[in-house]
Formats: sequence, structure tokens, C-alpha cells
Amino acid sequence: MAEIIVVTSGKGGVGKTTTSAAIGTGLALKGHKTAIIDFDVGLRNLDLIMGCERRVVYDFVNVINGEANLNQALIKDKRVENLSILPASQTRDKDALTQEGVQKVLDELKKTYDYIICDSPAGIEKGAHMAMYFADRAVVVTNPEVSSVRDSDRILGILQSKTLRAEKGEAPIEEHLLLTRYSPDRVERGEMLSVKDVEEILSIPLLGVIPESKAVLSASNQGQPVIMDEESDAGQAYMDAVRRLMGEQVEHRFLNIAKKGLLSRMFGGR
Amino acid sequence: MSQLELFRKKRKTLGPMQDTEAALDSEACFKLKGSRVTMTILELYRYDYKSFNATLSSTVSSAPDFFQQTPVILSLEKCPGDNFIDFIELGELCREYGMIPVAVRGGSEEQILSANVAGLPSLPPASISARGPEPTEAKAGTTVEIREVEVEVPISANKVITTPVRSGQQIYAPGGDLVVLAPVSAGAEILADGNIHVYAPLRGRALAGVKGDDSARIFCQSLEAELISISGNYKVNEDLQGSLWKQAVKAELEGDQLIISPL
Repeated sequence: MAEIIVVTSGKGGVGKTTTSAAIGTGLALKGHKTAIIDFDVGLRNLDLIMGCERRVVYDFVNVINGEANLNQALIKDKRVENLSILPASQTRDKDALTQEGVQKVLDELKKTYDYIICDSPAGIEKGAHMAMYFADRAVVVTNPEVSSVRDSDRILGILQSKTLRAEKGEAPIEEHLLLTRYSPDRVERGEMLSVKDVEEILSIPLLGVIPESKAVLSASNQGQPVIMDEESDAGQAYMDAVRRLMGEQVEHRFLNIAKKGLLSRMFGGR
Repeated sequence: MSQLELFRKKRKTLGPMQDTEAALDSEACFKLKGSRVTMTILELYRYDYKSFNATLSSTVSSAPDFFQQTPVILSLEKCPGDNFIDFIELGELCREYGMIPVAVRGGSEEQILSANVAGLPSLPPASISARGPEPTEAKAGTTVEIREVEVEVPISANKVITTPVRSGQQIYAPGGDLVVLAPVSAGAEILADGNIHVYAPLRGRALAGVKGDDSARIFCQSLEAELISISGNYKVNEDLQGSLWKQAVKAELEGDQLIISPL
């Protein structure tokens, strides 16, 4: 049974697309057939992060409008087997996403894929709403900072009330907290909210903590999901999160200031 | 809300005859039903604290076992419309003697309004045939007459919330208490006509007694609120920071003063 996972946050720039790319790639690396859909119509980014921007012919909106079929629009990843990307349209806006159209595409993907990752745009408007509406699970990406936490709280409220599962009175969407850009030494100095602070405010289970890392920016610029950088702390933290997402018990890492050895100085992302 | 809409839709499409089957088929976790219950009517001829108290105590002492948590409906149909009734006081008196007023029936507009403010909903007046002798014939000292009448009673108006109340959400318990067993986030708003209980941190806005019940109270396990208000008397976050911040507290009105004290 295919699972639809929305990656959302409310606030922009917290790492939704980076997370979608990393988690999608991670699931595919674990052998699951995975599709990542970019819901950010008009501000297409996922293709860049995934490094497939030169292969975009048709997009999500073309498929919704019946101008192309799904297989024409899906881009197969060249590095990872089992992984496909459905890019957003850059020339349209979010109104091009209709509920029926989105449902049609998801239903078709569900026939052949194990996981469908919906990369939500920022905000709480139509694009974000469409990305979460059909979801079974949600990864709420949050930075350890008050405004991001407030926006995530708002998104959690919407997940509980304005999604198909909520409207049909089914089991609620399974919520996961992913804390990104975490910097233990800034927490220690009192400049940043701690994991505990954020968990206390949002009171949902913690999927993972991704440390602030230079590896994320360089991976983005190279068009390679950071999870493929197995040496980096961020890549390892994302892989831990993927394993937890699949139900494994994995201890949380990178929560405390690293006592730096030579190896971590050489390979660590900080 | 959507459950209610579903319920209404079903009513419309199936008609009243098939309601039971429809409800059994659906997976709704509740349904609303009309039901007839025998209730005690407290028929008020006039109200003043002293004589009401006296009559009530003599009535109850004649049959003390009869009035054990007995819900009663206050009938105002024979009470002069200009007779001001303090329903909060009256309600407390009744409860002292084991009677629990649940609604009023009839009465003037002003009386109904003050009953509503005290948390008592109003029922439409009974038919003319139910009328007894004129209240002017009643002897001094007998201000009440108790009779058994069949009426429809409203179910409890209290509301219990078990999931976190998130930023941007608003929850209102009309006509009753609101009990929240999960955190109330900053940017969320919870309101009740009666009391508010939060058995978790209260970080949002909490407004109790929104219809003007001065006796409403707010209880919370950890006071971190943006605003708390009872019957329109409020304190904002700034005023709440202090020794009781993040402590378990209760808030109540003393006159116009909102008093916060540890639990």
C-alpha cells in the first residue's frame, strides 16, 4: 500500500525541499519505489536540488491538465534506482492545482510507487493545502527559532482539520517533527531553542535533528541530495531520519557539541 | 461541524422514518436524538431571596430524599415580567437544597437574558392549557409550586478536547465548561461560557464566562498565556509574568479584579 508523505512547514526557507529530496532519495536507496512531487508551482526548486533541471520537459500542471501523461512528466533519477521526480510548472501559479487533478495524479502514482513525497510550498494557501490534503503522514520541518515553531504549530492545526483524513473522520495524519539547521553550541549559548523546547511546544514525536552543516549548501549547489554525502553529519542525520520513518529504532545524534577529533574536523560539515 | 452537516444531510435525503437505520450504517461516533424526559418544574410566582429561601427550605424538609441532584426547570410563566431575578443566586440556593436548575421556561425578555447570562438556556412557554390559578391568589410565603411536566432537556454543554489546540485554532464551549487535556499553543484561542480547565501548558488566549458569568474561573497546569479573561476582565501576557509564571494557577474574579493564585 503506497504511502503519501507531505513535507511541510508553514514558514519558508527552513529546508522543506532539501528534506524532500533527502528523504525521497533515502527511501529509494533503501529499495522503495519513490516519487517526489514539487507542489511549489511558479517557484520550481526541487529539480535544481535533485540535479535534473535540464531534463524537465513536461510538469505536474501539464499532467493535471491532461497535456501530458504521467510517465512523460516523471523524471527518473540517474543515480538512484527506484526514484522519480515530478517537477512543478514554473510558468503557472498555484491555482493550476485542482483537488481532482492532484487526486488523479496521486491515484495513478499509488499504483506503482511505495512512497510519494509531496514537497509543499511555504504558506498556508492553496499550494500548501493541496500538498497536504491527501497525505497519510506529515514531516513538519522546523528551525529552532520561535517564528518557525509558531508556523509549524499553525500547520499542525491545519493538518488536523483541513485534510481528507480529517474531513472523513479517519485516523489522523501521522505527524513527525524534523528539526533542521540545529546548532548545539548556539543552543548552549542560549541563542537557539533546544530540541526539548521545540518538542515541548509542538508536542509531536521527533523524527530527527539535522545539524547546521555546510554540506547542505554545497549539495544543493551541486544538485545532489545531501543524504548521498555519506561523510557529512547532515547526510547521516537524514539517513537516520529515513530509517526512523520506516519504523526502525535509531538513537538521535548530533544533539550535543561534538568533541572534535581529527576525523570529524576533516569530514564534519561544520 | 462536518458530523453535524452529515447528520443534517442524511435527515434531508432519507426523511425522518429512516433515521435509525441511517445512523447505524454510518461510522459517525455520535448522533443527536430528541427524547422526552419527565422533569420537575419549579414554578416561580415571584422572586426575592428571603421568601424563596424560606419556601424552598420548608418544601425540601418535607421530603428531603426527593431532592437529590434533581434537575429542575424554572417556569417563569406566572412570574411578573418586571420581577428581577438573580439566577446565579437562585441557582446556588437551589443547588444547596439538591435541585439543579437546567433551564428556564417562559419569562420576559430581560429575565430570559439574565438566565442566559447565568448559563441557563430558555425553553418556549408551555401551552395555555397548562396554566393554573392566577399568581395573585397565592398566599404570602408560598412562592413556589412543584409539578411534574414532560419536557425535552438539552444534553450537557460541556466540551472536552484531548488533542493540542494549535496556533490559529479557536475552540468555544457555548453554555458550558471547556476542558482541554493537551497544550494550548500560542496563537490559539479557547473560549467558554463557563469555566476553562487546561491540564497542560496554557500558552494561547483563554476567555471564560464570555457571556458575562462573573463566577467563571480558569484553571491551568502551567500559566504561559498570551491573555486570560473572565467575563471581559482580562490580563495580558505582560501582566502575567511574575512569580506565578509557568505555575499551576486558578484565575477568578473578585469584583472587577482578576485574581490569579496558585493551585
